[in-house]
Amino acid sequence: MSVLTNNLDLFLRAFGQTLQLFAVSGVLSLLLGTLLAALRVSPVPVFRGIGTMYVTVLRNTPLTLVFVFFLFAYPLLEIVKIEPYTAAVVALSLYTAAFVCEVVRSGVNTVPVGQAEASRALGLTFVQMLGTVVLPQALRSVVPPMTSTMIALLKNTTVASGFAVFQAGTIRDSLSEQGENVLFGLLWVAIGFVVLVMPLTYAQQVFEKRWSVAR
Amino acid sequence: MSMVLFDVPGPKARARHKIMAVIGIAAVLAVLVYVIMRFIATDQFSARRLSWINYKQIQLSLVEAIGNTLSAFAVGAVLALAFGAIFAAARLSDHAWVRAPAAVIVEIFRAIPLVIMMFFFYYGLPVAGVKLTAFTAVVVSLMLYNGSVLAEIFRAGINSLPKGQSEAAYALGMRKTQVMVLVLLPQALRAMLPTIISQLVVLLKDTALGFLITYEELLRWGTRIGGDAVNFGRPMISVMILVAAIYIGLCLVLTWLANYLEKRNRRNKKVIHLDHAEPLALNEVKV
Amino acid sequence: MRVRTLAAVLLTGALALTACGKEGSPTDQGAPAGLFEVAKDVKVDGSPTFEKIKARGSLVVGVKEDQPGLGYKDPTTNKYSGFDIDMARLVSAKLGFDPEKIQFKTIQSAAREQALINGDVDYYVGTYTINAGRKEKVGFAGPYFVAGQDLLVKKDNTDITGPETLKGKKVCSVTGSTPIKKIRDNNYTEPQNILEFQGYSQCVTKLLDGEVDAVTTDDAILKGYAAAEEGKLKVVGKTFSSEPYGIGLPKEDKALRDKVNDILQASLDDGTWQKIYDGTLGKSGASAQKPTIDRY
Repeated sequence: MSVLTNNLDLFLRAFGQTLQLFAVSGVLSLLLGTLLAALRVSPVPVFRGIGTMYVTVLRNTPLTLVFVFFLFAYPLLEIVKIEPYTAAVVALSLYTAAFVCEVVRSGVNTVPVGQAEASRALGLTFVQMLGTVVLPQALRSVVPPMTSTMIALLKNTTVASGFAVFQAGTIRDSLSEQGENVLFGLLWVAIGFVVLVMPLTYAQQVFEKRWSVAR
Repeated sequence: MSMVLFDVPGPKARARHKIMAVIGIAAVLAVLVYVIMRFIATDQFSARRLSWINYKQIQLSLVEAIGNTLSAFAVGAVLALAFGAIFAAARLSDHAWVRAPAAVIVEIFRAIPLVIMMFFFYYGLPVAGVKLTAFTAVVVSLMLYNGSVLAEIFRAGINSLPKGQSEAAYALGMRKTQVMVLVLLPQALRAMLPTIISQLVVLLKDTALGFLITYEELLRWGTRIGGDAVNFGRPMISVMILVAAIYIGLCLVLTWLANYLEKRNRRNKKVIHLDHAEPLALNEVKV
Repeated sequence: MRVRTLAAVLLTGALALTACGKEGSPTDQGAPAGLFEVAKDVKVDGSPTFEKIKARGSLVVGVKEDQPGLGYKDPTTNKYSGFDIDMARLVSAKLGFDPEKIQFKTIQSAAREQALINGDVDYYVGTYTINAGRKEKVGFAGPYFVAGQDLLVKKDNTDITGPETLKGKKVCSVTGSTPIKKIRDNNYTEPQNILEFQGYSQCVTKLLDGEVDAVTTDDAILKGYAAAEEGKLKVVGKTFSSEPYGIGLPKEDKALRDKVNDILQASLDDGTWQKIYDGTLGKSGASAQKPTIDRY
């Protein structure tokens, strides 16, 4: 217990950074992922190909490798200098976007074809149809798996530990530097994540139960 | 495409799509050309920076690193499958005192980041006098996390089997354990095989987290060779391209296996086709 | 024609698979020969570590692999070289084990205590600063070298002349190392300007990319990098700490600690220490003071 109380400030700051990293990458990956999903269901084969390519590459690459790339390989190209924090956001967003894309696409696939056909009969364009008919309906089957994706993103922020980004995963370094008990420190970090993730998991199950009945 | 959101394009739409296709290709090409120009401008593929490929020791260490990645994957996968089967059975137990702790354990291990688990086993436990190698720490963490996810997959698979299966088995006079081991688990396993394998893809990718606790796996090898300034002037780009290609290749082989098994399952009449398999696969998002 | 092309491609491929592979290193420095005479019939009474080594027949030594001139593993040959490595070889030889048979194990800074506590390595030689905190967890023989914290900057940098000029500059070092603690404790720069990575080479990469302004650690380590990066970097040359390097040993093993201290003292007296220094770090042109062994 003393590890936590003596270093409460450290724990709070670190988890604050974790949440910040999570929020920024979450928003960015949702935007990019939805855009990619639109590409993947679009009528232009080339767009579908681009979307598929992106998803295949990013989904099959370890996140740690994406981090290594943006921290140690990308700077060699001398394009735009980025801070480790920015690199972490970019890595997390690009990686998570591939999963967001798949969730959205699967959600779109659960909307009956008749809906799309009816909106076409009404003369809606592809973009109008996606935006006003299909996506809002897809939302209910998208929310539970999207919550899972976001839980995964929250946990994945700890990968930044090896890459000079201060967050909950680096609490161990600070504790070890001060000669504190690392074992209990890490236990508290784990408890912190359980506390953060549990409500999300619970919400996900509620969504799932409530909305899976509808179809 | 499993469904069609748009009409078969007419002549006008076809023309429009062609223009958009050209724009799309042009955009992708522009990005590619730019990246390749940066590669050339910063001399990423100079003879010196590619010369690492030629050294025997480096080739051997690459093979060894791939071996380390695969052995962590293999051991982790076997342990996770066992852990998953045991805890799925425990969560379906009739006794609350078995069910409840199993549920708590599975939920907790799904909530803790793998990195924190690995740190805990590698840096934390020695404080209490328990010594683990980096390999053990990686494998145990992979087992606990992926095992917990697999337990949920198994459980969902068993739950979605028709009730008649267990009823018939009980009617034949089987005990609970027999029903579970002989009737339910094998069927659930076959029906959930594609989902299970995609979880194994996740496990394979997660071995790269061993990098953070100095396990000598493929990614660590890449940063070592790629960061070598003395001999090769830091060939990080070329090395990382190779490392990424290897990971993607390995994962695609597994994914291909999952698709193949799914297709075979679909043809096979003995397998019970689960209606919920699709939404479940959706909800257990593999990240 | 097409068949011939195909055959040629296959043949090249087969050659590439079987016969490729250069031996040796583009920058091989060559190991010093005949420097380490293997002692015979060595006894270290009451040392559990020594008993373990004897049963195994060879040593497992923890070192660094990313510090040119100190502890560096050449990936083209998998051979270790440097001042620390030679010190490890010296100790091995004087304990009666052929230094050629040492199993070197790379251990990162942050994992050193653990490796010794776990018994993963018999002893550790890798820029391991002796301090009171660490003495609670592990034992130290030596010091066998006294370094000092310094700064590595780009060659054309004139702003940074010492630790007091670091305010507002980005400083990089290794997670869990003494130098980073020193920077933090003395407020040489703001906390958000401190970057920590797993290895110094990653910090040096960031310095070359211009994302950090200075890399800080012991001058011995920095000199190795300055030399490796062919005149792109320089060491400021104003040390602001004294870092006595010790050989890390299991804490309870006093018998082995005394024995290693005897070995170090003998090497200081008979000139072996100087020879090792001249063959490694001395190549940077800087001379070094002999350390005084601190027995406890």
